[in-house]
Amino acid sequence: MPIRLRVEGLSAKRGEDLIFHDISFIVAAGEALIVTGPNGSGKSTLLRVLAGLLAPESGTAQLDDTAADIGHPRELCHYLGHRNAMKRELTVEENLSFWKSFMGDSVGGSGIGIEEATEALGLGGISHLPFGYLSAGQQRRMAMAKLLVAYRPVWILDEPTAALDAAADRLFAGLVERHLSAGGIVIAATHQPLGVSARELRMTGFAGVGEVV
Amino acid sequence: MISLFLRDLKLSMRAGGGALIGVLFFMTVVAVVPFAVGPDLNLLSRIGPAILWIGALLASLLGLDRLFQAEREDGSLDLMLMQEAPLVLTVLVKCLAHWTATGLPLVIAAPLLGLFMNMSEVAIGATMLTLLVGTPAITFIGATGAAVAVTLPRGGLLVSILVLPLAIPVLIFGVSAAYAAVQDPAPFLPPLLILIAITLFFAVIGPLAAALALRSASD
Repeated sequence: MPIRLRVEGLSAKRGEDLIFHDISFIVAAGEALIVTGPNGSGKSTLLRVLAGLLAPESGTAQLDDTAADIGHPRELCHYLGHRNAMKRELTVEENLSFWKSFMGDSVGGSGIGIEEATEALGLGGISHLPFGYLSAGQQRRMAMAKLLVAYRPVWILDEPTAALDAAADRLFAGLVERHLSAGGIVIAATHQPLGVSARELRMTGFAGVGEVV
Repeated sequence: MISLFLRDLKLSMRAGGGALIGVLFFMTVVAVVPFAVGPDLNLLSRIGPAILWIGALLASLLGLDRLFQAEREDGSLDLMLMQEAPLVLTVLVKCLAHWTATGLPLVIAAPLLGLFMNMSEVAIGATMLTLLVGTPAITFIGATGAAVAVTLPRGGLLVSILVLPLAIPVLIFGVSAAYAAVQDPAPFLPPLLILIAITLFFAVIGPLAAALALRSASD
């Protein structure tokens, strides 16, 4: 059941200002798209539009799925934004098990267990700690564990590796690689190379047109 | 959805959750009234149900503004907006958890505070019953206000101002049902049934409006 993300003539506004216009691309299953560009060029806005959190000014973003009837495309996406979406007062385990059962799995896959997910991010054994006790990098990695506990074919990542050290960077690249080889789609905005082979969408900013290279 | 309910309950119990703040505020408000009114026991028992209701109303407005704002600040709201589960249902469950954590303790504390006000057993029982069926309505109305003000950094007071006028009918029928239980000619059942109807009405309208507001407030 290969899926495909098709974006046609997308443009978006923040307030009165057009941030970007006429962006079109197709990402097939197993492909990654890296969104690059200077600060304020609209990377995050593009990702929020793709995640269905912001209404586009014009254009469409669709998920083609040959088999199943899907509702809104956002239901098949993971969105990892700048904020971690984890509660400081709860333990990591409580946070993750909440998201696991609240989000559930999309058709076509299933999430892994919480212990497994924290191990996969190299942080096994500290899931009993409150999330607020962890360091910034550890918090980020635990937020990434959300991607694993609930299955979604499309990952939308907004500067995922901002607070990570080199080893965690490689760890995360491995996770992305595995997700892609399982037929997933990854769209990431980043300043650092993600360590996986990917096409690049360069945003030029100020109502410029992004180009896929 | 059960996991959302349990998570919100847990959060309100943990440090900074503020489940007990409402009860403490409620107790403070009601406890200072006898000092202001003076030791006139008849007067106290006459105004008792009204004071308890006003105290409960103000106490349940406390912390309502954090209902969605806390979720927005750490990014959880984004994920909730994206799920397959209808947003209306998510809001409803969050309201129920909020009421269980902050509204139910008010109902439980009411009998003790009724004693402060020299109320009779019947009046205390009637006030408790009306609070039990009436305070959820305040939470549902408040959810709408909280959703409208979710992007405002200091929305707390605004939420109270938005919500209070809409909560007036709840107050009117809650207090009149409580009085009807002790004053003979007035019927008890009609105002109580209207109060229940108001709660059920807002249980539908409130989450619906809040979900709409949250969708359009996304940035």
